[in-house]
Amino acid sequence: MKTTKNIAELLDEPACEHNKKEKSGCAKPKPGASAGGCAFDGAQIALLPIADVAHIVHGPIACAGSSWDNRGTRSSGATLYRIGMTTDLTEQDIIMGRAEKRLFLAIKQAIDTYHPPAVFIYNTCVPALIGDDINAVCKSAQERWGVPVVPIDCAGFYGTKNLGNRIAGDAMVTHVIGTRDPDFLHLSIQRAEIIVHDVNLIGEYNIAGEFWHMLPLLDELGLRVLCTLSGDARFREVQTMHKAEVNMMVCSKAMVNVARKLQQQYGTPWFEGSFYGITDTSMALRDFAKSLNDADLVERTEALILREETRVRTALDPWKARLQGKRVLLFTGGVKSWSVISALQDLGMVVVATGTNKSTEEDKARIRELMGEDTLMINDGSPKELIRVVRNYQADILIAGGRNMYTALKAKIPFLDINQEREFGYEGYQGMLELVRQLALTIESPIWKAVRAPAPWKNQRIQGG
Amino acid sequence: MANILKRNKALSVNPLKASQPIGGSLATLGFNRAMPMLHGSQGCTAFAKVFFVRHFREPIPLQSTAMDQGSSVMGADENVREGIRSIAEKSQPALITILTTGLAETQGCDVQRNVREFRENHPEFADIAVVGVSTPDFTGSVETGYAATLTEIIRAVVPEAKTVGTYPGKRKHQVNVLVSYMLTPGDLEALRDIFEQFHLRPVFVPDISDSLDGCLTAEDFSPVTIGGTSLSEMATLGDAVATLVIGASLYKAAELLEEKTGVKTYTLDHLYGLKANDALITILVEVSGKDVPERIERQRAQLQDAMLDTHFMLGQLRIAIAADADLLDAFVDLLQEMGAEVVVAVTSCNVPLLAKIPLSSVKIGDLEDMELIGKAEKAQLVIGNSHAVDSAERLGVPILRAGFPLYDIIGGYQKTWIGYRGTRQTLFDLANLVINFTHEEIPVYRSIYAQKPASELSEPLGHASSCHASSCH
Repeated sequence: MKTTKNIAELLDEPACEHNKKEKSGCAKPKPGASAGGCAFDGAQIALLPIADVAHIVHGPIACAGSSWDNRGTRSSGATLYRIGMTTDLTEQDIIMGRAEKRLFLAIKQAIDTYHPPAVFIYNTCVPALIGDDINAVCKSAQERWGVPVVPIDCAGFYGTKNLGNRIAGDAMVTHVIGTRDPDFLHLSIQRAEIIVHDVNLIGEYNIAGEFWHMLPLLDELGLRVLCTLSGDARFREVQTMHKAEVNMMVCSKAMVNVARKLQQQYGTPWFEGSFYGITDTSMALRDFAKSLNDADLVERTEALILREETRVRTALDPWKARLQGKRVLLFTGGVKSWSVISALQDLGMVVVATGTNKSTEEDKARIRELMGEDTLMINDGSPKELIRVVRNYQADILIAGGRNMYTALKAKIPFLDINQEREFGYEGYQGMLELVRQLALTIESPIWKAVRAPAPWKNQRIQGG
Repeated sequence: MANILKRNKALSVNPLKASQPIGGSLATLGFNRAMPMLHGSQGCTAFAKVFFVRHFREPIPLQSTAMDQGSSVMGADENVREGIRSIAEKSQPALITILTTGLAETQGCDVQRNVREFRENHPEFADIAVVGVSTPDFTGSVETGYAATLTEIIRAVVPEAKTVGTYPGKRKHQVNVLVSYMLTPGDLEALRDIFEQFHLRPVFVPDISDSLDGCLTAEDFSPVTIGGTSLSEMATLGDAVATLVIGASLYKAAELLEEKTGVKTYTLDHLYGLKANDALITILVEVSGKDVPERIERQRAQLQDAMLDTHFMLGQLRIAIAADADLLDAFVDLLQEMGAEVVVAVTSCNVPLLAKIPLSSVKIGDLEDMELIGKAEKAQLVIGNSHAVDSAERLGVPILRAGFPLYDIIGGYQKTWIGYRGTRQTLFDLANLVINFTHEEIPVYRSIYAQKPASELSEPLGHASSCHASSCH
């Protein structure tokens, strides 16, 4: 089990603005009035997209049983991440202290059956409480079977999802990154005059395959993505992350500790960016060029941006006319809100209010800058409050995480899912076209009239009476 | 009869099992103005919530005692009391269940004591039923968690006949129906229809057809369930003419109900297939004293006709089933009635019913077991939940989706399986999945002397028509 000191260290993140003021994102949960996941949830979300690893959940059934095969992330090849694995601890294992032995044999079984390049072990509440030493089990399993076995000590009760993200990132820095050098860049893929730069993306999950909207552009610019942590990643890619020239923290600060530690240990600079919206996408590409200090790259980046922006703006024009002036209530945690706001403003939509319960002061300042001083910032994300704001501010659509989807639908409010469970990719220039299609699909749907209107005989009664 | 093959590997791969707290939550959600609260860390609730939301496509009321590092080590009594109070204050529920998780049980919680303490300290909430249930996820499954929770709710809210003066038959048309988790909202609606044709009024315990049936209400939002069995109705169970229990997992709950109320219990393992539904109708005739309505006679004859039509496809069909015991038993009966062969039966945990299933063996295991045995046994069709879709694909056979959870289709929760009509539709669905490709095609043979046009000679040799059966792979 992690000690309170370990956890405190992980919570103390100098590169995160939450550190400076109140830690609103890490507030203590209230029994009977809480929502949100746990550290295990966060760790699993952060690492499960590494597609060729055997991901074993060490615990009784609920942790894996309710959550496996539940991610929108896509892989371009390996599919092992979609196989749910758990030690499924029984009462006897727990009482008789057989859980460690079961874990050891489970690792062997996973290696024998699936021959993965590595095994990740996710520790959960019960084994943490009974004191299973998963670090020791992983170490001896690795020595015995000759396959890297990585402990990720992420019992749910340690804290929030956000903490789980950090635990996951920390495990990668401690056990995986720096254990292999990148492949030699083969001559056949080198282009004359272009210097290839190695980069990483941290916190890019390739939801619905959306990163594949961006990757061709990065390829075109000669940016070799050594690894995305962790969308469509492979173990051998994570191993090489220390060799990047620059790291981009994508959208969310969840794994900011990885960027900071890579900077400390390997001197890799990092910047924060987002691939949502035209403006931010272009900004991220410029930031890459700028931080890589390559004049030719800067020039080619500007040319690519001009080409892509022109292309996508032309394609967006007919949609823009339809979405212009539509009012949006955006409820998504953290940094994502300003990133999505800019995407919506690119479309001429009006964001009437936004959720800021996870945002830092810096985020809030940025939101004000984008939306003006009068912006309503909502801290209370309860279904009741969201519906009230939609009604009072005459929002045409609620954009939020999947958790709020049925809240909106039951209140007959158009809805767009923006979180990781979604089935559509909105990243990059191309993603904007999918975003407008989905926005128009729900806002313009003929069903709203049908579900809001009373049955005809009820109307008649009112008219008659 | 069945030989139970126990788990024999360290790692569970592609788990079939859903946890006891999931089952306990589902049972709770079938009551009106109810709120289940899982006693564990926040993630326990978050995962369970996502599980249900994906299946029912509804907002799901579910709370957490939010155990953290401190309370996990030092004790979480305060979390339970505070959680109950918080829900009672904010949501005005009629029923709160506190369902323990593996974390709370390992730590050594005593929710019964916590509930007593809450009662003593908060007399102002005396009219809210608060029921603690032990449902750790290191034992049992969704089925046992559901049964345990239902038993405890009956223990807590059904009054003893002696003390309140209820007596069997006071309500001449009321029949209590304890329903297993395997009955969908669609099933319950169909069942209500059957009862009403006998002029009987069923009280489903619990009733997810009223709370999780995807109904659009006038209210925008409710923090607790809308619909479901009301607690006032639970107080009348002692006045019913009979209690019908559907699903072997609930026989213990039914015993308790009969003990408390004296109302006679009729038991049915399930309502899949001709025989099972004949048993239901026979009971309804006895309880109501009415003849079988013409419509039901006709539906029975329609089912018989469907059995004739589909036996060509289903006879000798080699089937792999992965399901919890009640549902497994139901499918085995239905399929054996049709002459199909259940060659793989995988279930999530050992319960008494398994030994009675008329198969040579039942495997306690996961979807990997189903896949491996299915391959060895040359299964031609898979029956399982949405998780089993990938397994079926790897086996190269079609799948009939059934059980929990169903997240890759819309409206799975609403499918009607039971009754003569539901059974008929199930037979059609099964037959349609295999109608074109279960029988083995004869490989094409080309004579060395043949005079076919030259253009045909370059075509590869293969089967006469496309097929997906396992024999082709």
